[in-house]
Amino acid sequence: MSTPPALVDRLKEKAGLVSAVVNTVASMDEALAYVADVCANKEVCQILASGCDAPLSDTAEALCGTKQQKIICAPDLPEEEVAKLAALCQEGGIAVITKGMRQRLGGIDIAVTMAAAGIAETGTVVVRSTDEEVRLATMVAETHIALLPESAIVADSYDFEPTLVSWMEQPSYTAFITGPSRTADIERVLALGVHGPLEMHILILEGK
Amino acid sequence: MQDAANLSQYRKQLREALNNEFQREALDKFAVAYRTSRANAFAGIDAPELISEIAAAKDAAVDHLMELYEEFKRHAEAAGTKVHLAATAHEANEIIASIAKENGVKTIVKSKSMTAEETHLNDHLEGQGLDVTETDLGEWIIQLRHEGPTHMVMPAIHLSRYQVADLFTEVTHKQQDVDIQKLVKVARRELRPKFCQADMGISGANFAIAATGSIGIITNEGNARLTTTLPRVHVAIAGIDKLVPTLHDALRIIKCLPKNATGQNLTSYVTWITGAAPCATGPDGKKVHHIVFLDNGRLAMARDPLFKQALRCIRCGACANVCPIYRLVGGHKYGHVYIGAIGLVATYFFHGRDKARNLVQNCLNCGACKAVCAAGIDLPTMIKEVHARIQDEEGHPLYSSAAGMVLKNRTLFHTMLKSARLLQKPVAGGGYLRHLPMFLFKDHDFRALPAIADEAFRDRWEKIRPRVAKADIKVALFSGCVQDFVYPEQMEAAVAVIASKPGVAMEYPMGQSCCGLPLMMMGEKKAGQELAAHNMNAIDATGFDYIVTLCASCASYLKHGYKRLFADDPAMAYKAAQFSQRVMDFSSFVHDVLGMGEESFSGPAKDVTYHAPCHLCRGLGVTEAPRQLLRDAGLNYLPAAEEDVCCGFGGTFSVKFPELSKELLHKKIANLKATGATAMATDCPGCIMQIRGGFEHDGTAFEVRHVAEYLAARLKRG
Repeated sequence: MSTPPALVDRLKEKAGLVSAVVNTVASMDEALAYVADVCANKEVCQILASGCDAPLSDTAEALCGTKQQKIICAPDLPEEEVAKLAALCQEGGIAVITKGMRQRLGGIDIAVTMAAAGIAETGTVVVRSTDEEVRLATMVAETHIALLPESAIVADSYDFEPTLVSWMEQPSYTAFITGPSRTADIERVLALGVHGPLEMHILILEGK
Repeated sequence: MQDAANLSQYRKQLREALNNEFQREALDKFAVAYRTSRANAFAGIDAPELISEIAAAKDAAVDHLMELYEEFKRHAEAAGTKVHLAATAHEANEIIASIAKENGVKTIVKSKSMTAEETHLNDHLEGQGLDVTETDLGEWIIQLRHEGPTHMVMPAIHLSRYQVADLFTEVTHKQQDVDIQKLVKVARRELRPKFCQADMGISGANFAIAATGSIGIITNEGNARLTTTLPRVHVAIAGIDKLVPTLHDALRIIKCLPKNATGQNLTSYVTWITGAAPCATGPDGKKVHHIVFLDNGRLAMARDPLFKQALRCIRCGACANVCPIYRLVGGHKYGHVYIGAIGLVATYFFHGRDKARNLVQNCLNCGACKAVCAAGIDLPTMIKEVHARIQDEEGHPLYSSAAGMVLKNRTLFHTMLKSARLLQKPVAGGGYLRHLPMFLFKDHDFRALPAIADEAFRDRWEKIRPRVAKADIKVALFSGCVQDFVYPEQMEAAVAVIASKPGVAMEYPMGQSCCGLPLMMMGEKKAGQELAAHNMNAIDATGFDYIVTLCASCASYLKHGYKRLFADDPAMAYKAAQFSQRVMDFSSFVHDVLGMGEESFSGPAKDVTYHAPCHLCRGLGVTEAPRQLLRDAGLNYLPAAEEDVCCGFGGTFSVKFPELSKELLHKKIANLKATGATAMATDCPGCIMQIRGGFEHDGTAFEVRHVAEYLAARLKRG
């Protein structure tokens, strides 16, 4: 059963309203190429623009030293897809990892994860993040790219309720993610990327 | 944090807050922006339906808190979470401190929790030598400043970027730019090492789901995800009222909470946690996971038929967003820990009478909070009930019981009003009291006060009453004190308008007295009941089709307040229902019942603006009738900005807090002037007294009249 185009459009519209970048890709290969491309075109440690050159205390400053090259973490992608991504990234000197996030808390460039569902009403992706690596990667990365199978898009949160309840019946950790991390705590001025990603991309996998 | 020892100290603090220009401007901007963003967020959604669903579901949960707790505990413990129930704030703090000790914890990161603010958890933990860092940006800022939040959702809304830059300069020992985007990045970098080093994370919980023993946390920054992931120990603290039966209940609240809080469709993160999730640094690779539920008065509230409603609160902060007083003085002066209307109520239950005594008096009863509440809580009524309860516990102030004594005795009250007319002679002039010895009226010199009319409406009635041969509709007129004794001409105008339709028989039952609202405002509930019973005897409702009043406040109180007064007395409650269902405001009666339209009026075009009385637009939900009548009467109605924001009268409020009343009146006058009109209509004599008095004091020529007066002047003579 295919997902109604109106639902896909609604998710795109709502996610766009909260500063998420939404694109449709025809295949997993295209998605991986997109990820590699975003990483290649990204400044090393985007925070440089507004964080590393900022006057920081010595402890905070030291975090810069933990990161020497561009890093993509793909904690929950199938092994063969990770291998393909690594191959795409090799030439650009980008490291592709799947674990070890606790050693990279200073920051990584990109987290690429699967999305278990998309909620059109709010432009949300549901990321199953019981695995600690998924949790950390999607928080510590400057850009989070979520791969969302088109068929996993639902109209609203109630439609996703039965699945979520079944997950919640055992130890679990699930995240609804709607756009990048944000704050308006200083003078109600919106600022993206306060603790988590500065950018959030959703790649809708067409026909999947 | 509001903790003035007495009312005069509290008023002094309020005056200081009024001088905080940055805060005033920030809250003004927010109040205006919030209106639009909330409306946009709810576009296409049936908000009242959603709100009533939330209210019903929360009511059902509140009735079964202990069962839900047992169910939650069973499921959560099966999933590896240790569940605690703390009777008091101190007990909750002790439990958390002992968890820290058992696990060898030295450093703690926290994500936002109002419950932890309630228990003053940080102070307690720091007292035990623990290092605690708030990680929500706003909370971190106020922690560094050693102060409490000024808004439940935006804790640092009272601070400017300059203040934050100075603060961060101190913290980093490096000069910071005054650039919000940069300051946010500095916080990100400064706080990241804290997350990495922390042994324990403390979070709040927006929901505790009994069916699966799970918690739900909503945040925008993502700090709750780091707080609950990186440290090896996670403790969540939540009020026991956060228990809901199922995930569905939580999802329903989420559909409303961010929209109502800030006009946001959904927060960036919603986190669902069940049990001890994997944690690389925890024992056996699992998190040490605890949940501490806090009672601290909630279970007693849940058993209180009146106040259990307050436990519906989902902590969205909207009641502060729309409160005209919060907007003037900010959260440090409009709450103890919890802020806004719900804060006034919660303070009494969570932090005690001493902290609540002054706060609960600072309410206009304008109803803006009730109208916006995500859970449909009748906040103004609850604030008044807390006030009444405190007075019953501590004894009533002399002026308050004296007012009760006088008002419930109609003969005495009316004799006093008539004597006042004679006594005012030396100072009355042109309808106002002039040359008042102002030392008696310190702080009240911001509006001219009207004089008592030479002849009260009740004394004119026999001379003007229309004789109707065949009555199709029987109407009892209820004048209220102000129109009876100060503005009888408004009543006369109304009589003329109504009499223009044949077959409407009007009576003015002479036994009627004050509606009783002022007593409710002063916390004199018992005298208020006696007065209500008196009025229901004076006006035998069953003999009339309608009880019509020109005073929005009387109308709203007669319609809704009387039933509440006798909720515990079935016979009187029935009588009150009979009475209340007949009560109608003048504009609705003329427009909806008499069906008067443009064919009834004539007159030259004229610009007129409108002030929507709180008790008409929110109290009775009447918005269209008066505006349509003005248009039908040939007036060019020019809407004013913030037309439905209180004029600052609030009856006895303006006597108790003149400094606040004055500021609200100034705002109202500025908005009215900005329309370009030089005339204004409204449906409430109290608002007229306030606004007319303000223009008079200002020396601005601006006509302020009751809708009835405009209609009467434009009746087609047939």
